[in-house]
Amino acid sequence: MTQEKPTEQHLNQDVQLDLYRRQAEVRVFEKRAYDLFLQNLVKGTSHLSLGQEAIAAGFGTAMRGDDYTFATYRGHAHTLVRGVPMAAVMGELLGRESGLMAGKGGSMHLTSVEHGVMGSYAIVGAHLPIAVGAAWSAQYRESGQAAVCFFGDGATNIGAFHEALNLAAVWRLPVVFVCENNLYMEYTPIAAVTAVPRPAADRAAAYGLEPLVVDGNDVEAVYGVARTALERARAGAGPSLVEALTYRHGGHSRADPGKYRPAAEVEEWLARDPVTGYRERLLGRGIPAKILDDIDTEVRAAVDAATEAAKSASAPAPERLLSQVWTDGGSSWRN
Amino acid sequence: MAQLTYRDAVRRGIAQEMRRDERVVLIGEDVAAAGGVFKTTPGLLEEFGPRRVLDAPISEQAILGAAMGAAMTGLRPIAEIMFSDFLAVCWDMVANEIAKTRYMTDGQVSLPLVIRTANGGGLRFGGQHSQSVENWAMAVPGLKVLVPATPADLIGLLAAAVRDPDPVLIFEPKALYPVRGEVPDGDLLDTLGTARVLRAGGDATLVAVGAMVPRAVVAAERLAVEGIECTVVDLRSLVPLDVRTLLDAVAVTGRLFTVEENPRLCGWGAEIASIVAEEAFGALTGPIVRITTPHIPLPAADTLEDLARPSVDRIADTVRKALG
Repeated sequence: MTQEKPTEQHLNQDVQLDLYRRQAEVRVFEKRAYDLFLQNLVKGTSHLSLGQEAIAAGFGTAMRGDDYTFATYRGHAHTLVRGVPMAAVMGELLGRESGLMAGKGGSMHLTSVEHGVMGSYAIVGAHLPIAVGAAWSAQYRESGQAAVCFFGDGATNIGAFHEALNLAAVWRLPVVFVCENNLYMEYTPIAAVTAVPRPAADRAAAYGLEPLVVDGNDVEAVYGVARTALERARAGAGPSLVEALTYRHGGHSRADPGKYRPAAEVEEWLARDPVTGYRERLLGRGIPAKILDDIDTEVRAAVDAATEAAKSASAPAPERLLSQVWTDGGSSWRN
Repeated sequence: MAQLTYRDAVRRGIAQEMRRDERVVLIGEDVAAAGGVFKTTPGLLEEFGPRRVLDAPISEQAILGAAMGAAMTGLRPIAEIMFSDFLAVCWDMVANEIAKTRYMTDGQVSLPLVIRTANGGGLRFGGQHSQSVENWAMAVPGLKVLVPATPADLIGLLAAAVRDPDPVLIFEPKALYPVRGEVPDGDLLDTLGTARVLRAGGDATLVAVGAMVPRAVVAAERLAVEGIECTVVDLRSLVPLDVRTLLDAVAVTGRLFTVEENPRLCGWGAEIASIVAEEAFGALTGPIVRITTPHIPLPAADTLEDLARPSVDRIADTVRKALG
């Protein structure tokens, strides 16, 4: 099994700072989203990726501007790293007119087509075949685009995972499947419901694919494997299946404190925090603290501004209710 | 004007659209090399090549997922689900993904895709290859639903569906595949949401789609011999629905009979009856009557299947008794 190593010697400082900034944006944004839950400003449910920032950041930095992202209901990070304005994402979480989808999608359905963010999907695993279709279209149009599809370990046990992998491999499509293995499918350990230790990678061979396992808490390692997989996709060599090992700092969703997890396990993973760990690594390489502090300050200011903008935005206009079922803008089903 | 079977009309309709627009691609199980399990797509692989006519594995979720992903990124896929019963296998794609995405993204994503599927009974295939399930799709906001009853309608409505920017399901009554009909020369393009009045009479309105349309027409012809004159409306499109034509017909006849192949409970006829009761109650001179398959899975034996699906005799008898 391939274990991807960090490739720091290949990364110039701009890339390192990009990786740092994207992780910081996700971290600060997600913490703010949690605060807003507690204030009951974010309603319904939401799924944070605190602790999993390196995977979105690594791929987001490696992707081309016109590549496609397909995300899960835990999709704030994957949306933000493509450059989608924070205020629009925050507005959507708060159910405001200013939201990315004017409040019609919510936390679990973030989409920004102009940024290549082709949706966040709330049915586990449903988006894998859809990403295959986007890759099929890219191949047909010879556009050189790739589709990157993020999903959790739980999705590896649904039929659509297997159907998507098979079809993508048979048609050699430019799609990268990225399993974020955070050890838990919602509340249940993935190991308790899966007969192989690596729920994604151990199945790669079944589709004729090379398994790629990467430390999902090491943003440079993720960036490295992302570049490899995207190059392979663009070269016409077909799909890749990446399994990124990681851990979510919180529970599955807003309602879940995650108490089913052994304390020692949580502690071990908190000590491997991808964001603070990367900061220490960059400092160790001699990058001045001031540069990183300035990024932190900018990111906090951006999240503050996005929060204020969302709070002061109006509720969705009532006419939104019956709009955009059809492309003519309306919802009429009769004459 | 040529005589064409419904089966051949499917091939002609798809070829017409594929010649016109390079973004149109066809995906399904056995649609390419084998020419389709009902021989609805022979020759398309030879004309358009393997880039545009693709055999998929037996993976209904992947077929519709791929069609959706392709539609949202610039192609105009036609996906075949071999039997409409199998839509249940990929219902998440139909009902949660394809139908809802435009609304949930506030219009960011258009899904110009067509799902074709063989629907209904008549071929003695039993309960899992014979259901009439157009009412399943009708109940999901965001899907357009067509049930063409003639070869010409199939071609024209298929063309309209391919050119429509929204997802359209076409239910092809499999019992009609061998049936011939007149098809005008040249390219055809029809309009979604337009019912057709096939015959006019002042005593009753019969409303049908798909395989029940020719039966309703024959029943009406028999009744005419007895002096009962019926208007027959072929809805053709369940979503969007041509309510105006329906209400106009009821305004003249005062009586409404729906003729449905789907099982009775929550069949589309219930919706039609409800609309007429709400909006044209004053025009009604008697109760609305639904002629349906009973609320059962379809049996395989020919005698039982024939009993289950509305027959010409049952339609005529029901109308005769109700008016008598």
